[in-house]
Amino acid sequence: MRALPTDGSYIFSTEENKMDFNENFILGCSAIGAGLAVIAGIGPGVGQGIAAGHAAAAVGRNPGAKSDVTSTMLLGQAVAETTGLYGLLVAMLLMFVKPLV
Amino acid sequence: MGQGILLTADNLDFMIHGVFSYTLFGQTVWITTSHVCILIIFLVLIGFFIAARVTMAKATEVPGTFQNIIELIVEKLDGMVEGVMGKWSPKFRNYIGTIFLFILLSNISGLFGLRPPTADYGTTLALGLITFTLIHYNEFKHQKVKGVIKGLCDPWPIWAPINIIGECAVPISLSLRLFANVLSGLVMTTLIYGLLGKIAVIWPAALHVYLDLFSGAIQTYVFCMLTMTYITNACTTD
Repeated sequence: MRALPTDGSYIFSTEENKMDFNENFILGCSAIGAGLAVIAGIGPGVGQGIAAGHAAAAVGRNPGAKSDVTSTMLLGQAVAETTGLYGLLVAMLLMFVKPLV
Repeated sequence: MGQGILLTADNLDFMIHGVFSYTLFGQTVWITTSHVCILIIFLVLIGFFIAARVTMAKATEVPGTFQNIIELIVEKLDGMVEGVMGKWSPKFRNYIGTIFLFILLSNISGLFGLRPPTADYGTTLALGLITFTLIHYNEFKHQKVKGVIKGLCDPWPIWAPINIIGECAVPISLSLRLFANVLSGLVMTTLIYGLLGKIAVIWPAALHVYLDLFSGAIQTYVFCMLTMTYITNACTTD
């Protein structure tokens, strides 16, 4: 391993190095951004849990309506999932389509 | 990118590939794997429909196995449309039944080694736009121009831009929901097979049951349900 100059000049020693550095920097930031984007998954998780909890309570009160409650719950959960999927899509775009590079 | 992941596996591949290209009005147009998969699904569906037609032409009082299956499918789909749309159902049960079968088969086609066509935004956007067209055609047909304008200016006329944005968000959210669900399932199974390699032998079947069958069926149901709800809302005059 060769010793690097301490003043930081090694990064931008040539124009090509500079381009390289910029590209890698953007890639790294894209990966961080993708990680941050999937934090959106918290919301649907909480929401689906609440829906499932209320559905369980409803089945407890009225066991006869179990199939109706289940299908309504699944429909609502699938719709609630959308916001999390938007976050996932943003992460996918950042990781695989690389719009910023 | 991809480098980080691709270092460990070279066979990770869930992208759409071009099969061949041709030039149309100076633009290069690609026929992709999605088109091929859609074509295969169409052929399967058309074959099934022709077989159903032939069987139902000489339907018997005591149904055979295939006739039983067809009757079951048609009854379930009709019942679903009837339950949501009520008196508007006779006009739409053909359309809803067709897109239900198409989306269902597309979503579970990952099981048969195809790349699901619904994991291509072009397909789902087309489906969403058909729904959008149907909603607004029926809105104009049943509520007339006056009703549509009244609906846009719902609380006050100043609300109209927001209502218009809300209307335009319908096909986008419909199509993105279906697309992202199928794509996430595809990516997850690809990652499992690509990264775990030889360890991924029999147990990924459980993942397929959840990601392909369950998720695909639920999303098909949701898409058809929302389409029916929107169309019923557009048809209903109050």
